[in-house]
Amino acid sequence: MKIMANDMKHTEGEVMLLKGNEAIAHAAIRCGVDGFFGYPITPQSEIIETLAMLKPWETTGMAVVQAESETASINMVYGAAGAGKRAFTSSSSPGIALMQEGISYMAGCEIPGVVIDVSRGGPGLGTIQPSQADYTQMTRGGGNGDYRCIVLAPSTVQEMADFVPLIFDLAFKYRCVGMILCDGVIGQMMEKCVLPPYQPRWTEEEIRERCPWAATGRPKDRQPNIITSLEQTPEVMEERNLRMQEKYRTIQENETRCETYMTDDAEYIIAAFGISARLAVTAIDELRKEGIKAGLFRPITLWPYPYKELEALCTKQTPNGENMVKGVLCAEINGGQMIEDVRLAIHDAMPIKHFGRMGGVVPEPDEIAEALKNFIGGLNR
Amino acid sequence: MTAIEEQNKHMKEMTSENIVYQRPSLMNDTPMHYCPGCSHGVVHKLVAEMIEEMHMEEKTIGVCPVGCAVFAYKYLDIDWQEAAHGRAPAVATGIKRLWNDRLVFTYQGDGDLACIGTAETIHALNRGENITIIFINNAIYGMTGGQMAPTTLIGQKTSTCPYGRDPEMHGYPLRITEIAATLEGTCYVSRQSVESAPSIRKAKAAIRKAFEASMAGKGSSLVEIVSTCSSGWKMSPVKANEWMVENMFPYYPKGDLKDRT
Repeated sequence: MKIMANDMKHTEGEVMLLKGNEAIAHAAIRCGVDGFFGYPITPQSEIIETLAMLKPWETTGMAVVQAESETASINMVYGAAGAGKRAFTSSSSPGIALMQEGISYMAGCEIPGVVIDVSRGGPGLGTIQPSQADYTQMTRGGGNGDYRCIVLAPSTVQEMADFVPLIFDLAFKYRCVGMILCDGVIGQMMEKCVLPPYQPRWTEEEIRERCPWAATGRPKDRQPNIITSLEQTPEVMEERNLRMQEKYRTIQENETRCETYMTDDAEYIIAAFGISARLAVTAIDELRKEGIKAGLFRPITLWPYPYKELEALCTKQTPNGENMVKGVLCAEINGGQMIEDVRLAIHDAMPIKHFGRMGGVVPEPDEIAEALKNFIGGLNR
Repeated sequence: MTAIEEQNKHMKEMTSENIVYQRPSLMNDTPMHYCPGCSHGVVHKLVAEMIEEMHMEEKTIGVCPVGCAVFAYKYLDIDWQEAAHGRAPAVATGIKRLWNDRLVFTYQGDGDLACIGTAETIHALNRGENITIIFINNAIYGMTGGQMAPTTLIGQKTSTCPYGRDPEMHGYPLRITEIAATLEGTCYVSRQSVESAPSIRKAKAAIRKAFEASMAGKGSSLVEIVSTCSSGWKMSPVKANEWMVENMFPYYPKGDLKDRT
């Protein structure tokens, strides 16, 4: 299977030891983002703290605003993005829930903006410890109405930095909300990170050219640009919805990304994203030592989910014409959310089982290995 | 020749010397959805006139609310963004922080600004964002059919306080403009009305001062327009104006509350 993890080439980038949250901040300044609007919440506050410390308003001119709430933050992004600027916000699970109103409005207006979720345990106030329980919130729209957001799931600090320019490009390419979903582990852990090269912010002329729809002030030679999701005629509103659905299908066709590990001869697949995928890699290395042919399927885009890629992997035939893969274990740090997408990909073709911890508990690789062995034991009984 | 063509022919014969009044060119021909006697039409016109007089037609971005003025973008030929209910000051913040040379204003009603959007309003004003908030206070929810607003007067009847607003049950009418005047971030806070020609002239002067202060980077401005809602109040337009003068003005006194321009 083709590895599509990281299709960006590094130029002579600067290498730094950074937390995932800090990498997001550095990358945003470097790739010419115009504005950040956010509200503090653990475990992602280093994003706004790093931006405040680096004071990009004195260098690139990027605005950094601490808003009065997550609700206000996302609406500031809405305003900036509706005026053609490249803006983003960041939060953690309960804060993202508060932002869903604004995200739905942005989707309805087809405004490109970026939201970072460094997720924590829930529901409710939950815990500040890491979790992947925002999978459903992020991949199913999240707010009211029929819409989807593109969701990237980094599993390293390097990807936290790399995915910032990527998600902005995708958001503006399709005029939709782009999300980065990580968890408290990736947000907080420190790793070596090659930072992207500096790019200038878009000029007024570039904004007018690239975002002809944006409300930037109306020159005499064009009609007013109106950013709104409101339409009172049902047929016209349906027309708009149909066009958006068509766009989402195009995204599903073209933008799925995933990565695999040791799948060439794998009989058992561990499907995992983000930090769980890294835990799974360690588990797979251990399992291989014991002679168990395990491999990893890691979706990088959680929406659009790489259904076809997973289906292709799981329907691979041996020379004898048998199915090579005998079962899929979904290792997630939640109660079983991505497993629904795994089922949509491979239906009832083979046994599928969930393994997860909740409430902010991050499993050890051994637990995942053990879960797979129990899964195999159950299959052979 | 139709009546309109005849009128246009007459218009063409006018010269700059003899024109005493004309519709601002930014206002288009779309028939307004506002009820007869509603204050919105006059305030829209004042905003359009000010943008023209300041020559900011190509550099203005308006933010409209949820409420009766949700369709403001249909009537003024400028670029607009439609905010979620109450969020207009946050949306305007996002725009103005990144488009410094633009005239950015919000246009909000009492439910939008003084109820669901109180946090956004207070904090945008307190940060001293260089925006202007035009606040239409008609003491009722017009768009949804006449429910109690944060600014509904004591004793005033609405569909959700059909026996009159009772402070024991509903609390007190909120004077948000007075609160705005106490905030360090605001440079100009004024309360006006548009029920008569002199009032309209004063309201326009207030909007001018607010817009100019925004462009001069002096801080936030709030211009409240005490307004009528003859449909919601269930009165004729004339009676609504009388009721406003008699009942609204004593509780919401007119004039500049703060001027640091």
